Amino acid sequence: MTDRPPGFSTLAVHAGAQPDPTTGARVTPIYQTTSFVFNDADHAASLFGLQAFGNIYTRIGNPTQAVLEERVAALEGGTAALATASGHAAQVVVFQMLLRPGDEFIAARKLYGGSINQFTHAFQSFGWNVAWADPDDISSFERAVTPRTKAIFIESIANPGGSVTDIEAVAAVARKAGVPLIVDNTLATPYLIRPIDHGADIVVHSLTKFLGGHGNSIGGIIVDAGTFDWSKDNKYPMLSEPRPEYHGIKIQETFGNFAFAIACRVLGLRDLGPAISPFNAFLILTGIETLPLRMQKHCENAKAIAEWLSTHPAVAAVNYAGLLGDKYNNLARKYAPKGAGAVFTFSLKGGYDAGVNLVSNLKLFSHLANVGDTRSLVIHPASTTHSQLDDAAKIKSGAAPDMVRLSIGIEDKEDLIADLEQALSA
Amino acid sequence: MNHDAYDDNYIRAILNGVKSIAMVGASPVNVRPSYFAFKYLAQRGYDMIPVNPGHVGKSLLGKPFVASLLDIGRPVDMIDIFRNSSHIGPVVDEALKMTPPPKVIWMQLGARDDAAAAKAEAAGLTVVMNRCPKIEYGRLSSEISWMGVNSRTLSSKRAPMPTQGMRLSLNRMSVGGGETTASDRAAKNKNDPA
Repeated sequence: MTDRPPGFSTLAVHAGAQPDPTTGARVTPIYQTTSFVFNDADHAASLFGLQAFGNIYTRIGNPTQAVLEERVAALEGGTAALATASGHAAQVVVFQMLLRPGDEFIAARKLYGGSINQFTHAFQSFGWNVAWADPDDISSFERAVTPRTKAIFIESIANPGGSVTDIEAVAAVARKAGVPLIVDNTLATPYLIRPIDHGADIVVHSLTKFLGGHGNSIGGIIVDAGTFDWSKDNKYPMLSEPRPEYHGIKIQETFGNFAFAIACRVLGLRDLGPAISPFNAFLILTGIETLPLRMQKHCENAKAIAEWLSTHPAVAAVNYAGLLGDKYNNLARKYAPKGAGAVFTFSLKGGYDAGVNLVSNLKLFSHLANVGDTRSLVIHPASTTHSQLDDAAKIKSGAAPDMVRLSIGIEDKEDLIADLEQALSA
Repeated sequence: MNHDAYDDNYIRAILNGVKSIAMVGASPVNVRPSYFAFKYLAQRGYDMIPVNPGHVGKSLLGKPFVASLLDIGRPVDMIDIFRNSSHIGPVVDEALKMTPPPKVIWMQLGARDDAAAAKAEAAGLTVVMNRCPKIEYGRLSSEISWMGVNSRTLSSKRAPMPTQGMRLSLNRMSVGGGETTASDRAAKNKNDPA
């Protein structure tokens, strides 16, 4: 008998989890412990030598975290995953695995402002040089490729503008250049877009956003698609060369199509240290169980509010890929047919001051620097998340000074529209 | 038989069915993948036989090396070939000369020889190519989940209390066939350069 493959919602509830062997606890327990006892000296040596599957120390892995990792890997269609303390930590671990000082990577210019900062400042100080490309002009990625290029990085749905990236077109550039395509899938979640199906080799997330979904825990994750040959051309020595600390084993040769996730754990997490806490892993895991239900409601609300705003006399423009006629509507229909997400921007005819007034007059929307909460959120990117960029960079990254960003929650949409209406007319 | 993607039940039936495994190319060097796999399978209860002409006279985890499959001198259920694709053919020829012949020919991760596979299948043997039995056992039992690896299986039953050297249940519900779509794509890309 061939098993019927379970659907996405079944995986969101079950993947990675199993009743606890000791107690029968049905929900994954919070293994709030730093370390795990060994059976004997041989078992310890096997674990340290990467010969056995098991737990050593929570900086490297933890059973609660492992359930979270398998669940996200299953939802993304990847071979394995590694959870980290934050989405930013996931990016540090990924790039440290791929780049040596003096190497380059290409990144889409439209990114979360925090990623732009990380790539521009911290990564620069490590000697990892970013070349920016325009996600609306695929040829700009091709032109940016040099012999030192080691990776290409894009967001599937870009923050803050909610624009949709042509993942397959960028994947073709990455494949031709012989480098992996890394896709930040935070705003789409695998419910809306599965980048691996479109050619991504690595997927990263801030779990803090829609996956966790409740605004209560910071976390990040790296998903290995299992698609990239790290040993070809010897461009990625961390994966292809013998590791002295593991008695000369070669990571890709030993672990096959989940070698990247293992390398991120036993080299990256071990040495850089950004482990996720078991408690955060538990809360995010609980959040993921309702991901499909929440994303349906998030998207339904976002579309209704974007449509309502686009007819409001005070609104100059709404940028939501789910709107007919939006610049990214065709890409949204191709890549995210179930919905274009719940984060989008709009501009007010009254400019910067009207934006500031709107934010201060809202009663239900919370003014804060996060997205992907059950609660509806509002922010003025130019003065907050993107404030450390200069004006030209703000506009290029989709955070013009007159732009307001909404992250639509799962409240009743009539209440959200009423709140926007009173704030716009106040 | 489609050797690009295996249904989980195909792999499960093999790993649940065989008891003895001769590993051709087993290495006594404890950082080689063949050593890892040999040790793991021995700990999971398989009767392991190391085959490597370069190490006759030594033993691997207490099991004496033999020079060739024909030197084993007793029935063996499965031959696990830890050699490059170019060295598979002669090993399969030798396996087919064994009496009785083995039930399964397994070629390790990265190894594939379709002609040798066809010959073995014509003789009634079951063949697996380009897979690691350690990874597949760990995956189907979900033991590999400790490493954040996608086992592509589900179970609502209480996991057994882990003890050393135990056999694990491989009878979990499969999420998909033998492979993820991503891995299928990787395999296709290898034969279809950009």
